[in-house]
Amino acid sequence: MACSKCLGITGVSHTFGKTKALQDVSLDVAEGRFVALLGVNGAGKTTLFSLITRLYDNISGSIEVCGHDVRREAGPALAQLGVVFQSRSLDMSLTVRQNIRYHGALHGIGRREALKRGDKALERVGLLDRADAKVATLSGGQIRRAEIARALLHDPKLLLLDEATVGLDVQSRRDVVSTVRNLVTNQNVGVLWATHLFDEVEPADDVVVLHKGSVLAKGLASDIAGGRTLSDAFLLLTGVSETALAS
Amino acid sequence: MSLERLNWKGRLTCFCGIVWREALRFAKQRERFLSALVRPLVWLFLFAAGMRTVQGFPPDPPYQTWISYEIYVAPGLCAMIQLFNGLQSSLSMVYDRETGAMRTLLVSPYPRWFLLSSKLMAGVAVSVVQVYAFLLIAYFWEIEPPLIGYLLVLPALILSGMMLGALGLFLSSAIKQLENFAGVMNFVIFPMFFASTALYPLWRVEENSPYVADILRYNPFTYCVELIRFALYAQVNWTALAVVAGTTVLFLGAAIYAYDPSKGMIGRKR
Repeated sequence: MACSKCLGITGVSHTFGKTKALQDVSLDVAEGRFVALLGVNGAGKTTLFSLITRLYDNISGSIEVCGHDVRREAGPALAQLGVVFQSRSLDMSLTVRQNIRYHGALHGIGRREALKRGDKALERVGLLDRADAKVATLSGGQIRRAEIARALLHDPKLLLLDEATVGLDVQSRRDVVSTVRNLVTNQNVGVLWATHLFDEVEPADDVVVLHKGSVLAKGLASDIAGGRTLSDAFLLLTGVSETALAS
Repeated sequence: MSLERLNWKGRLTCFCGIVWREALRFAKQRERFLSALVRPLVWLFLFAAGMRTVQGFPPDPPYQTWISYEIYVAPGLCAMIQLFNGLQSSLSMVYDRETGAMRTLLVSPYPRWFLLSSKLMAGVAVSVVQVYAFLLIAYFWEIEPPLIGYLLVLPALILSGMMLGALGLFLSSAIKQLENFAGVMNFVIFPMFFASTALYPLWRVEENSPYVADILRYNPFTYCVELIRFALYAQVNWTALAVVAGTTVLFLGAAIYAYDPSKGMIGRKR
């Protein structure tokens, strides 16, 4: 089933006690688009991801994945969703293949089918030769790519990646970014890529600037940059100091 | 993903996958299996053997003859294995939450109550294997219930395992950090175990202190022990069955509520 709008978020707010984590956030991710969600640590990116994945419930506004509201139709919405979380979520004591089989089962995919799909997904991210290696023996970049392969197993229409390249070396970062961009180009997957690293964003990407829980700007990266570098434009918009950005 | 997989066949695949992962993890953690086995065996071989010299128990259902202390204490030790296992499962839930593995489970498209119940049943399956391993060793220590008892104790173990697992599941939703877990162990496991009929019969406690006997009566773990004790000797303790079933529903309901993003405690945590 194709869906032109993979993700539609309208007027979402969220609080933790008295702290407002998100205020009236709206954004869309279209099919085959790479949308960068830019924000410094604490901007509300992870909270937004937790709401999309229904770890938390959105009290106000609406979140739709391929037209399915995550509150009212959680099953069909989550079925169209692949996620790579900020923290590592593979079972380190199991092999990559075992992790993939487990994930397949969580999406109702039987053993044989999961292993077949898993091999295909691992090949796509260039990790098939490490399929039987324990996750604990993989490098940070390889773990991330294995997580991407796992997230793709059930053919999601929307892929969420929360700071997927944090803690990786330059080469691993490049590998992960190019893997995801290939998916956007070749598989028409919609991607929401949360990051605070500007060099991962290309001029033709859609960008949403999130700061202190509010959307400050959205549009094409080149439009938001407006002749400056994207990081300069971001600093101007948010008033964040360069030192704070680096940390 | 095809939405057709959201049917019952898909759910069965999901359930089997969760049990398979738990079994795989258990098989890899040999020390967990050994410690689960050594703990009750120490009680049986040392504590119960020591107590044997000072007392035996007169016939009292489900036993039809005088019994040694080891025979009395064996069902309580089966329940103890399940108590530790239930709480250990909740420990792994807290650990999974901290490492992010819990998110993998919770973003499955199946209902959260189903995922949590499946996780619970996976833990119960592991605890049942541990109990049977203990009963096998205990057989050679002259704990010889009727053969049919080994079969009839299975549903009792499943139900008591579910009750204790559901308690662990609920506690795991309330524990914010892994470090707090030791405190919970001290405040839950030990009082539950010692204030039950696992180590001493109710009538004997009542002779000494009716107040303490009341505590034993209000402890749901007492009913797990009695359910297992009676089933092992091919009898049904209906009161225990009702209390364990009711408490399971209560604890499981509380755990599902706590893990529900729209109602429970998870959404309020950062």
